[in-house]
Amino acid sequence: MLAIAIEERLVYRGDFALGTLMRFLPIVTQVFLWTAVFSATSRGDIAGYSRNDIVAYYLLTMLSRAFSSMPGLAGGIARSIRDGSIKKFLVQPVDYVAFLLATRVAHKLVYYVVAAIPFAVVFFLCRGFFPPAPDAATVAAFLLSLVLSFLLGFFMEATLGMLGFWFMEVSSIVFGYMLVQYLLSGHMFPIDMLAGIPSGLPGTTLADVVTWLPFQFTAFFPAAVWLGKVQGGELVRLLVLEVAWVVVMVVACRVAWARGTRRYSGFGG
Amino acid sequence: MVFAYNSSMHNADAAASDAAPVIRVAGLAKEYRVYDKPEGLMASVRSLFHRESRLVEALRGVALTVERGEFVALLGPNGAGKTTLLKLLSGIITPSRGTATVLGHVPWERADDFRRRFALVMGQRNQLWWDLPAAESFRLHQEIYRIDPAQFARTRDELVDLLGVRKLILQPVRELSLGERMKLELVAALLHEPEVLFLDEPTIGLDVVAQHTIHTFLRHVQTQRQMTVILTTHYMKDVAALCERLVVITGGEILYDGSLAEVVDRFTTHKIVTLDFDEEPDRAAVERLGFPCEVRGPRVILRIDRTRIADALPPLLRGEGVRDVSVEDVPLEEIVAELFRAGAARPPRVTEVVP
Repeated sequence: MLAIAIEERLVYRGDFALGTLMRFLPIVTQVFLWTAVFSATSRGDIAGYSRNDIVAYYLLTMLSRAFSSMPGLAGGIARSIRDGSIKKFLVQPVDYVAFLLATRVAHKLVYYVVAAIPFAVVFFLCRGFFPPAPDAATVAAFLLSLVLSFLLGFFMEATLGMLGFWFMEVSSIVFGYMLVQYLLSGHMFPIDMLAGIPSGLPGTTLADVVTWLPFQFTAFFPAAVWLGKVQGGELVRLLVLEVAWVVVMVVACRVAWARGTRRYSGFGG
Repeated sequence: MVFAYNSSMHNADAAASDAAPVIRVAGLAKEYRVYDKPEGLMASVRSLFHRESRLVEALRGVALTVERGEFVALLGPNGAGKTTLLKLLSGIITPSRGTATVLGHVPWERADDFRRRFALVMGQRNQLWWDLPAAESFRLHQEIYRIDPAQFARTRDELVDLLGVRKLILQPVRELSLGERMKLELVAALLHEPEVLFLDEPTIGLDVVAQHTIHTFLRHVQTQRQMTVILTTHYMKDVAALCERLVVITGGEILYDGSLAEVVDRFTTHKIVTLDFDEEPDRAAVERLGFPCEVRGPRVILRIDRTRIADALPPLLRGEGVRDVSVEDVPLEEIVAELFRAGAARPPRVTEVVP
């Protein structure tokens, strides 16, 4: 199954290299923006981030997003429900979710092989922005958080796609999700910058609330681990929380699949 | 048969499972809720808040029993519920009411043990991956159905050779013609040697040669494997070439279920007698024979009541200038069209609607 998916992926190898390079473009604007912000204030750091930290942070979230982002997953599931191609997974003795996961792993593997070079070049050129490499335990936690962010991203989007059983069109739901994701995952700014803002709930800040949500694990958390922003007991607590979210989303995905297929009326011929 | 009966006595379990019908359906009904999309902008806006919906009955209590090794044709006008029935039997959808077992399983529970033992081929839908050669999709099926590699290679080669498509399996599927694709779809569906095969309009849009190849192929494989097949089609050629049993379904109900020979027997009151004359006969003289007739140049086509055929033929044969005579059954198309009309004449039925 894995092998087939990899082959299928290689058919379209052309758009790979270009797509990977394009991914780095937004970060250039971010660097300029934050440079302007820092030059406008006389402070050396904002919420504990120096300018170098910020650049390193964005580069690291690129890496987490390379694991957690699932382009086309939710839309693809919804499309296969709408056009009826999901039928073959109902008829054949294969688990649709497992199949999607295998395909996604294959796609990611191919992607990493191809993207490794541009990533390496960019990280090498930007090495000056990074603090000294962390210890082995932190690196291990970082790698674990990347793998978990892949699983979390996968099951969140897959569950979203299953909504296609109830709604004909999920693209606006996906768009809303992307927006929330962009704001709350740390993709746009490090979420611990929200620490000063009260959430409205007594005794908590916005950062506390956002930390409990699953989104931060898909961008912020791995970067924060590498940069040493979370350590010790806090690190363990957050890893446990992440595992819990993965379990919740796996269950949600299963439930959505079981209910959706019972409801399915086999459109499209 | 007696011998087979005796030998199966030694193994009561095997005999029981052999004797049990492969497909058993009772009171099967499926309703869809459809939302009417009103025309016009204002109406569309209103429908955001309140949607008109109604229930459409695609199947209204169907009962059917199919024994091992039967080749059944499922006929009916568009929207009669044929495809809905196949979707229920293959577990794609869940019924509103009623029961069904296929190979002892409830299809919509989708047990893997059940799914490994049947296959569904839908005319337009592909199980083959569009961008890859069929050979790759076959390999994927080997994985999915956990087919033993040696067995897999043997079955694949046999099926591919029977259909004469060996050269095509290494080409990306998107480059193939409709007929070639359908042949490869069939190979893909049969690799795991299913005991039950559902075919939804397998010959739709194919040329005569491809249709014939597929007929020969299906007949061969079905006989060899003692496979149970249900086929929906609009082509009577498929039915005549393949099926002994006919199930006609209209408006979500079974209108007729019986052997092909019986339907011809029961629903044909006439024979078609064709007379070829040396030259164009006198129309008035032909009409005087007293049968409904059609004159096409030197050829005269008469419809003669079956009960009178024995009496009617001798004088015709003695007729002056008759060069050739043939007596045929009414074409199957006509019989089936008649049956469909009979179905339509009953109280109005709601038709299957694809939302």
